[in-house]
Amino acid sequence: MPSALINVPAKAKRGDIIEIKTLMSHIMETGYRHTATGEFVPRDIITSFACRYNGNEIFRADLFPAIAANPFITFFTTATASGKFEFEWIGDSGFSETASASIIVE
Amino acid sequence: MHGEKDSTRRRFLGLAGGAAVLGTVPIVTLRPAEATPAMLASAIRTVTGGAAVKTGKIQLDVPPLVENGNTVPLTVSVASAMAPEDFVKSIHVFNEKNPQPNIGNFYFGPNAGRAQVSTRIRLADSQKVVAIARLSDGSFWSASVDVVVTLAACTEEVI
Repeated sequence: MPSALINVPAKAKRGDIIEIKTLMSHIMETGYRHTATGEFVPRDIITSFACRYNGNEIFRADLFPAIAANPFITFFTTATASGKFEFEWIGDSGFSETASASIIVE
Repeated sequence: MHGEKDSTRRRFLGLAGGAAVLGTVPIVTLRPAEATPAMLASAIRTVTGGAAVKTGKIQLDVPPLVENGNTVPLTVSVASAMAPEDFVKSIHVFNEKNPQPNIGNFYFGPNAGRAQVSTRIRLADSQKVVAIARLSDGSFWSASVDVVVTLAACTEEVI
């Protein structure tokens, strides 16, 4: 049951640098572990994350098995206009999740 | 029954003794795969395309001593004005001894305000973590940190 946690300030002044925190619950199975009987557990990770601000991509990340479970990513952007942040996570075996947050810029 | 128990104990002691004699060798053979410094160098070359990488400008914050390699906080920041004519295009993080040399690639735009990203990573062993930044003028900058890990990630058994 995937779920995202997003932290974006609700309000900001124009030109402010704001911090965006994101967390997606995901096992991030590396593909390098094996069970007690010796079978390898297939890889199941999120491979890509992107954030769009009013339709423009402002941040993107390629993730590898070396990212810990429940990928937590924080980054910054400049508040330019009121609107919407859209987040997208894409991963193995058809994993695809989206989330959004809105901001008021004064 | 008593004899059986005794032989198991003896076998265990024998194995433990053998491991002690061999030192670190059994730990290495238990790991299914490991990136080598050569793999690290080739992963870096894939990003830079053979361009010169200078040391500096970039700061890599990882605790020097990590208790649990399954979740290690990592922050990478680059001293940059982040103006349209001079900004950080991307940050690439690598490691030396995980099964794969890559940790993550992070791409920024000129509006990012601050070239900084934080995440949590896995480290399979005490090793060197390397971050490389690509600037809009085409130059590459790097920083590296040695991390000591007491509990390794990635290779433990699933219960």
